[in-house]
Amino acid sequence: MDERVRVVIDGEPLTVPAFTTVAAAVAMRGVGGTRRSVTGEPRAALCGMGVCHECRVTVDGRAHVLGCQTLCRDGLSIETLR
Amino acid sequence: MKVEQVDIAVVGAGPAGLKAARIAARAGARVALIDDNPRPGGQIWRQGPTLAPAAQLRQWLDETRSLENFVGMNGTKVAAAPGSKRLLLERDGAPLVLAYSKLILATGARERLLPFDGWTLPGVTGAGGLQALVKGGMPVRGERIVVAGSGPLLLAAADTARRHGAQVVAVVEQASPARVARFVASLALTPAKLAQAVGLGVACYRPGGVVVRAHGSARVDAVTIRVRGREETLVADRVACGYGLVPNVTLALALGCSTDERDGAIHVDDLQRTSLEDVFAAGECTGIGGMELASVEGALAAHAALGIAADARLVRERDRWRAFARRVAHAFELGADARAMQSPDTVLCRCEDVSIGEVAAHANWREAKLQTRCGMGPCQGRICGEAAAVYFGWPCTAARPPFAPVRIDTLIAARESAETPVS
Repeated sequence: MDERVRVVIDGEPLTVPAFTTVAAAVAMRGVGGTRRSVTGEPRAALCGMGVCHECRVTVDGRAHVLGCQTLCRDGLSIETLR
Repeated sequence: MKVEQVDIAVVGAGPAGLKAARIAARAGARVALIDDNPRPGGQIWRQGPTLAPAAQLRQWLDETRSLENFVGMNGTKVAAAPGSKRLLLERDGAPLVLAYSKLILATGARERLLPFDGWTLPGVTGAGGLQALVKGGMPVRGERIVVAGSGPLLLAAADTARRHGAQVVAVVEQASPARVARFVASLALTPAKLAQAVGLGVACYRPGGVVVRAHGSARVDAVTIRVRGREETLVADRVACGYGLVPNVTLALALGCSTDERDGAIHVDDLQRTSLEDVFAAGECTGIGGMELASVEGALAAHAALGIAADARLVRERDRWRAFARRVAHAFELGADARAMQSPDTVLCRCEDVSIGEVAAHANWREAKLQTRCGMGPCQGRICGEAAAVYFGWPCTAARPPFAPVRIDTLIAARESAETPVS
């Protein structure tokens, strides 16, 4: 349970406990957005269980990855508010 | 194109699916258990960085995971149900076709998330949503949180937040104080549930109230609630609001299973058989009823799929939990305040940023979708469709595949798989 992994969020390195979700890792920077809506508003995780798609982020260059259903791994690169 | 063949495919790795998969696999059937989350457990036994698996989940993992005739497929989406007794799956971005003899649907439930002014601000989540995110490692220490909506889940979410260091400012329950009081009195009939409720009791429980609006610019900083006619604004870092649960029936509808017009749940008979041959269903996709009911239904569904008689005790246990579920549903039935239409400029469809007013201008869901794009974003109307059902009484319709956004390669594979024999 003490294992930690290192991810990069918008260029900033962050060390988180293993099995932290990407949505949770993004929230460690404070309450803020994961994506921008079609009219440009910041949005963040809503349902927490893979239904609403509000937590989608870019992971390792792949767009539209659900942050709440993705676990942090060493070296993972996360980009928000795309 | 890879086609995998199993005797029994189980969709959903929560209490119902886990139970069904264990019984079926231990009976010798080749079983695949599919779930879109990275690890098994569903919502109630969701694992996380600070959470050891719940005792029941740990027992399941010990007894089932190592069986040779069991395949656990986590992080796997069901994209479509192409042709006869086949599911098109996407796992790690790669397509896979699963052919099955029997199918057990244990797809669970999601939250009913109803719009209010400011509900698109970061910091607004579902109530169960908050709980899931906290279990996933989202820090809430020191945050002021207002939990709102309806049902026993609010207390569970508040408890989780508190145990992770948050200050729960209020739990705002739409059901009237009289209904809540009657319900709590009735709990004396089920001591386990009573203990649970008392253990979770919070002084700031406010029945007869709803969230009116969340305030903030880039994130929530306050929330206005209305409790029995009186408005009050509370400083809050987060608002966690969910109005009960809705059965997940996307796959069931696509297969052609009949569902209940009233609550949308999959119709099942006494043996958990759906209206389709060789398709069974268990847990909250057949009606909201909690973990104990889901688990016993999963056991019954497994017996039915295996073609073996189930112990009469299981049937009695199921009926007892179903009676309890009916009491919960009655106590927390959505009242007029919770169902009240919000202002026309409130966003209804968060995927496409369509307001309630824009949608209200149309005669039905289909027309509204065609003209406004509401319900046509990545969530496929799973959130706004429920709100539209509450506000306009529009029935939910069967989704067209793909049931979730998938890669184009997966869709190409779907077409190819129609011509591929089972290997």
